[in-house]
Amino acid sequence: MDLDDTPQQAAYRSQVRSWLEQHASEAPVLEGPEAITDEQELIAARRAWQGKLAEGGLAGVTWPKEFGGQGLGPIEQVICNQEIGRARVPGILDAIGVGMLGPTIIAHGTDEQKARYLGPMLHADEVWCQLFSEPAAGSDLAAVQSRARQQDDGSWRLSGQKVWTTNAQFAAFGLLLARTDPDVPKHKGLTMFIVPIDAPGVTVRGLRQISGEAEFNEVFFDDVPLAAEAVVGGVGNGWATALTTLMFERVTIGLGSEGLGYNSSRFARAIARVEDARRDPEVRRELGEVASELIAVRFTGYRTLTALQRGQIPGPEAGLAKVTIVSSAIKAGDLIADVLGPDALAQDSEWAYMISFLPGLKSAGGTEEILRNTIGERVLGLPPAPRLDKGVPFSELRSKEGAPV
Amino acid sequence: MNLDLSDEQVFLREAARGALSRFKTLEAAREALDGKDALPDLWPTAREAGWPGLLIDEAHGGAGLDAFDAMLVMGECGRVLASVELLGHLPATAILGDAPAGAGLLDQLATGERRAAYLPVCPPGDVHTQWTIDPARGIERALAPSAAHDPNAAGQALVSGELSFVPDAPGADVLVGVALLDSEPTGIAIDLAAASGATVQATPRYDATRSLGHVALADAPALLLDAPPAALASAWHLAQALIAAESLGSVETALDVTVAYAKERHTFGRAIGSYQAVKHALTEVLRQLDNGRSLLYYAGWARRGAPDEFPLAASAARSVAGRALDLAARTMISVHGGIGATWEHDAPLYFRRAQLSRRLLGGTSGATDRVAGEVMAQAQAA
Repeated sequence: MDLDDTPQQAAYRSQVRSWLEQHASEAPVLEGPEAITDEQELIAARRAWQGKLAEGGLAGVTWPKEFGGQGLGPIEQVICNQEIGRARVPGILDAIGVGMLGPTIIAHGTDEQKARYLGPMLHADEVWCQLFSEPAAGSDLAAVQSRARQQDDGSWRLSGQKVWTTNAQFAAFGLLLARTDPDVPKHKGLTMFIVPIDAPGVTVRGLRQISGEAEFNEVFFDDVPLAAEAVVGGVGNGWATALTTLMFERVTIGLGSEGLGYNSSRFARAIARVEDARRDPEVRRELGEVASELIAVRFTGYRTLTALQRGQIPGPEAGLAKVTIVSSAIKAGDLIADVLGPDALAQDSEWAYMISFLPGLKSAGGTEEILRNTIGERVLGLPPAPRLDKGVPFSELRSKEGAPV
Repeated sequence: MNLDLSDEQVFLREAARGALSRFKTLEAAREALDGKDALPDLWPTAREAGWPGLLIDEAHGGAGLDAFDAMLVMGECGRVLASVELLGHLPATAILGDAPAGAGLLDQLATGERRAAYLPVCPPGDVHTQWTIDPARGIERALAPSAAHDPNAAGQALVSGELSFVPDAPGADVLVGVALLDSEPTGIAIDLAAASGATVQATPRYDATRSLGHVALADAPALLLDAPPAALASAWHLAQALIAAESLGSVETALDVTVAYAKERHTFGRAIGSYQAVKHALTEVLRQLDNGRSLLYYAGWARRGAPDEFPLAASAARSVAGRALDLAARTMISVHGGIGATWEHDAPLYFRRAQLSRRLLGGTSGATDRVAGEVMAQAQAA
């Protein structure tokens, strides 16, 4: 049992570190007085930085070499993420594309798709977004209603709406899950498409959250034309293709998040600054409980890494770490607001932002309730609740009382 | 990066499970609550398996293994509520192993021919700045026992003080712990066969599988141990890690039994485990169990790999494990319905284990408080 690098890993780490030392000054500044504040300028700078990271071999670490990656394993990806964090420079802009969508195209795409899309994705010449969730299809993703209809010439026409789409406001392409056959059970009638965001009929609209910021978008599709070659992984095979993306999503989260910035030292530092709070038994108890769980998640991450290093893929139980992170951060935010008072909720307070952000995060990537169902069934082997959608054609299901699909 | 069991560790765990499965520990636990002298003597089994010498180096006849290995064995004991006196014995051997003056005791303790019990003395923290002991009742912590040099014997001291709820003290041959000599912590070992002035009184127990004793020392002659203060503190944290591992073993069984019942028991035409309310309750137990497991790895690694972090790691493991066991036992009862609250079922045994364990060795709440102190100290130092 150890947390140390092997000699090989140590050599890789020092290689990454020295590249970062040479190039850190070229990275865009995100914090402090010299931070770039203009949104457009910031995106441009981060795209250019991702290009440099890609040239240095620090983007697409696990991608095969033939597609511009390094052909290395998950441990090297983690080492790379750690060193980028240590150097206090931003990571890649398009983590969704490079971490999840690119690997999906590598697994299911045609040779033409791989040749056309992967290079520009890796270098952030073209940023991607994930067009999966819909207003009535989140945790129950296979219930998507966006409808693609094939035309006589083999091309497609797409109509519908997606939501929670990160980066859509500056993306060039999206990977989109659409329904192509409503008359079969819902998992069977799905197809994955590559959609150009600048295609006619695509509208992107920012979606403001509790914090006041718009980190996500809604994306609308009004009779958008798509070429026959836009299909990824075969017509009617969209669910299997989506599962690949979701598997890479779990891996990406398992490798990189380090608690999404919600760690015990950050919370402990805020509380320790307040002398009365530091000695208050109630505050100490709450902090001790929250910190214990967040530290546990850090070591759960190391266990996941050990498994990945052996070629095992994280299962649904990895979702428990997300539940712990979110619930602990919610408790920590509440505790800190109790300790600091209304000041914690001031306009520019990091705590106000965190407190506002977390209720939504609870549902991100699938609601906590559905996550607990999945873990109960797949990990503990508990029987599923009776389902009303099994074997029923999608067109006979409904998403709202009284509303036909 | 390797945070998984080695083949040897898997074997150690399986062997422990096999050895303990030869006894009807749960039936015995229930009968013992009825006042019968029913608990099997598992010390011979422990000796056969080499558990008494787990932490003692090979030069003294031990296995030379580390805390994590000991935690694996404790987990197996916890699974079946086996009453093996390791919670007292192992931290005692850890102190002796770090004290050249105690080396003479190790050979007999390694084979289990003699048994030691650790006198739990909590090292200073940022609230209690002294070495303290658990009170007989209430929440006011008392000062560690005091020692004075024995005028008649070099390297010996006379120790006075009273310690309450000392794990595995009844029947122990040697008591090993900490006393204050000129206000400084020093390691002490008291040979109960030779010593006058030391009495151990077995206490009646809410959890009959847990051996506890009140120890009274009145100028009891003790061997002065030259263990460094860090080793004395480390023994306390080791005890925290061991009881955490034991608790999580009990959580595993409670969860297994409850999941099995939730699959088999039907109401309103379906298995109760298919109801979201039951499913979510059980996944919450799993979540806390899994967090606890991760912290056992942290504690097991930190004791040698990052000793500065061992107090934090062991305390966090204890904190999570204590809460997990309480939740697991309560969930076990509620999912089983009324029968879970009766002596017809094993659930009350796990419930009693949970309630008593959480109050021993400074309590789960004490461990939680230390986590807060440690993370704030770390954050301020950074």
